[in-house]
Amino acid sequence: MDTQNCFHCGLNIVKAEEIIFDEKKFCCNGCKTVYEIFSLNDLTCYYDFEKSPGATPQDINGKYDFLDNESIVSKLLEFKENSTAIISLNIPHIHCSSCIWILENLQRLQKGISSSQVNFPEKKVRITYNPEEVSIKTIVYLLSSIGYEPYISLENYETGTSNVDRSLTYKLGVAFFCFGNIMLLSFPEYFEVKEYWLDQYRGFFRWLIFALALPSFFYSASGYYVSAFKSIRSKMLNIDIPIALGIVVMFVRSTFDIVMDYGSGFFDSLTGLIFFMLLGKMFQIKTYSFLSFERDFKSYFPIAITKINSDSLEESVPIYEVEKGDRLLIRNQELIPVDGILISEKAEIDYSFVTGEAIPITKKSGDKVFAGGKQIGKVIEMEVLHSVSQSYLTQLWSNDVFQKNVIQKHKTITDRISRYFTPILLLIAFSGFGYWIFIDANIAFNVFTAVLIVACPCALALTAPFTFGNVLRILGKQKFYLKNALVIEQLAKVDTIVFDKTGTITTNKKSNISYEGEILSDEYLLLIKNVLRASNHPLSRMLYDYLPILILPNKSANDAKKWRVDAFEEITGKGMEAHIFGHQIQIGSAAFVEKTEENKLQQTSVHIKINGVYCGKFIFNNQYRDGLASLFKNLSGNYQIKVLSGDNEGERATLEQLLPKGTELIFNQKPEQKLEFIKNLQDNGNNVMMVGDGLNDAGALAQSNVGISISENVNVFSPACDAILDANEFQKLNYFLKLSKNSITTIKMSFTLSLLYNVVGLAFAITGNLLPLVAAIIMPLSTITIVSFVTLMSSYYASKK
Amino acid sequence: MSVIYLLISISILIAIGFFIAFITAVKTGQYDDDYTPSVRMLFDDELLKSTKKENRVENNEEKELDI
Repeated sequence: MDTQNCFHCGLNIVKAEEIIFDEKKFCCNGCKTVYEIFSLNDLTCYYDFEKSPGATPQDINGKYDFLDNESIVSKLLEFKENSTAIISLNIPHIHCSSCIWILENLQRLQKGISSSQVNFPEKKVRITYNPEEVSIKTIVYLLSSIGYEPYISLENYETGTSNVDRSLTYKLGVAFFCFGNIMLLSFPEYFEVKEYWLDQYRGFFRWLIFALALPSFFYSASGYYVSAFKSIRSKMLNIDIPIALGIVVMFVRSTFDIVMDYGSGFFDSLTGLIFFMLLGKMFQIKTYSFLSFERDFKSYFPIAITKINSDSLEESVPIYEVEKGDRLLIRNQELIPVDGILISEKAEIDYSFVTGEAIPITKKSGDKVFAGGKQIGKVIEMEVLHSVSQSYLTQLWSNDVFQKNVIQKHKTITDRISRYFTPILLLIAFSGFGYWIFIDANIAFNVFTAVLIVACPCALALTAPFTFGNVLRILGKQKFYLKNALVIEQLAKVDTIVFDKTGTITTNKKSNISYEGEILSDEYLLLIKNVLRASNHPLSRMLYDYLPILILPNKSANDAKKWRVDAFEEITGKGMEAHIFGHQIQIGSAAFVEKTEENKLQQTSVHIKINGVYCGKFIFNNQYRDGLASLFKNLSGNYQIKVLSGDNEGERATLEQLLPKGTELIFNQKPEQKLEFIKNLQDNGNNVMMVGDGLNDAGALAQSNVGISISENVNVFSPACDAILDANEFQKLNYFLKLSKNSITTIKMSFTLSLLYNVVGLAFAITGNLLPLVAAIIMPLSTITIVSFVTLMSSYYASKK
Repeated sequence: MSVIYLLISISILIAIGFFIAFITAVKTGQYDDDYTPSVRMLFDDELLKSTKKENRVENNEEKELDI
């Protein structure tokens, strides 16, 4: 067997590094240690639920020192008393039943933890512990040591416990309770039994029904009255007006009927209507609790940072207390929270959160470093230039786009229909009244109310929620997560698509590597690969993955793998030097291998020097996502496509070749310029969809009509947006757009259908024949047909590729 | 008094009882996470663990025999 997977994390094991412990194979020491911890505590059940569920623990030395700071910790805690404290930690790695099991057995690993509870959809664990026995820092370290590093960011700092709005659930519960009981009590009325004993109790039944309808009418339906009132005040006729009108008229007329003993009233239809409409509302809300659509820089930034005081003491301070002139210490993998000047000699900074560019940038002492970068390598020191809120990147959030709560950007399709619906309905009601008033005042009153009751656009109001709810779920299954149903309508209206370049149409997972220079022999390639294995630099890892495992003719494969690197030295920011098998190999930057390079366009490359002779360089080009060319070709038929990039024009030629003609390419765009660009397009009457990924796109995403963020790992990083798309599904974008258009078509068809029901109902109403029984049949019948029609249609469109 | 008043009152009261139970369940957050409990209930008690361990050792031996 050639491919071996690690017992703990499931990654492929490199033969030379394999560790065998307790008859199990591990890929690295980290994984082995986790297994040891579990087996010592009798927790190896962990491996029974799921095959290789773990993650390799990361080195977190010093990263959580801020948890010693009492004031910071108290902000994180949900609850604290003398001997009990509760904290909710977000753990992105939670992904299977093993995770739930081990995290709910934390008390076996650490004294002082009394219980822990996992919320799987939110990827959170809620830990109750005794702060006198165990500190939060110990818990975080424990979690990290077993591969479940919590994700603590500035976002946690401000929110303690958030209030969940459950009012819709309550309303739905009340509505269903009333509806169900009223239905049961209405049966004698439906069958019109004329027996003596039923006649005797009629009054009792009717008044009971009346009482049961009250909570539904006053509480469950309250949202419709409020919305209708608001819409009248803003002079925008929305669908809630005829609904509220219908409900109120139905209630008044039914009460009147019961009081005057004319009949049983329409309370069954009334409560049923309220229930079904609330159900539609509920169905439309599909939340992905593990995703957040509201993220700003706060969810990326750490809570605290190490500050070096004047007496060179290190201290953890909350980010907001960092001031100009402070000296900060940034460790490996820590995020730089503010703009500043680098004091240490050299630093490698990874700006992938900001720009999407995966390859780190080297900065020298005295260079300006911008907030948002991740430090890679040795500890660095920097001096603060701006406080958090004034930094280059965070300033973006002071733009107006982020200030206002955009509630209603546009009119929904239902509201547009109801703008015609409401006046026509009133016209019919009054003309019916006007006709009958000359014949019989009593009938006229009946007809007037019956029209309003039967025309109450229940089916109409249900169409959009059920269609969108269904489409939302279909898209969610295909890893396209929408913030809410409105986004579907927006998607259908888009006519211009703007793409970010780096990280959006390129992938930072793979790099397209090419080689320039003298041809390297197989033996040299093998040597290079062996040297690269020792390095953790992202470029080395990429190059290592790129180089094939070569089999030399005179050596067996196993021999080749075991070649040992004799001397190895890595110089941060420069490269590495190694002695292997009698050869001296240098890999690194141009300066490192003493090669003067004619500097044309910025290019990421790694130079190779063997035994003092310069060989050549590996060039890292952007790797465009699979299916990009065909996606753009399909899209260009229906949409205007533009590519916005913060980079220089180095890739222009490649892009022009790859993308269809007429695609506008704009380079060197700052975050604010991107936002402005979108704004200009909108001012010209375009409906713009922005597809981006990094924090530098956040402004453009917020400004655009639909902002889609592409994410390699949907659990962790994505700026505020309307929709999150898993990077692997990128090529399906055209399909998603088509589906959203088709769902609008579905809604239009279903509107026609529900209007037909209204016509039938109106025919009964206008002739004065609307009996409660007829209403009670039409209402659920129309609801069921509409709901099944839209569900079937949207599923049909979804299956049509 | 006729029995029907009594019966219907009782049925309504029971319904209200269930309704209150529902509201309290929602209020205490039991509907917030509808996935984890379904997994949690399938976990075995720790007592079963030792036998499981043996099983796994056996499996490993079988694997080795295969090779």
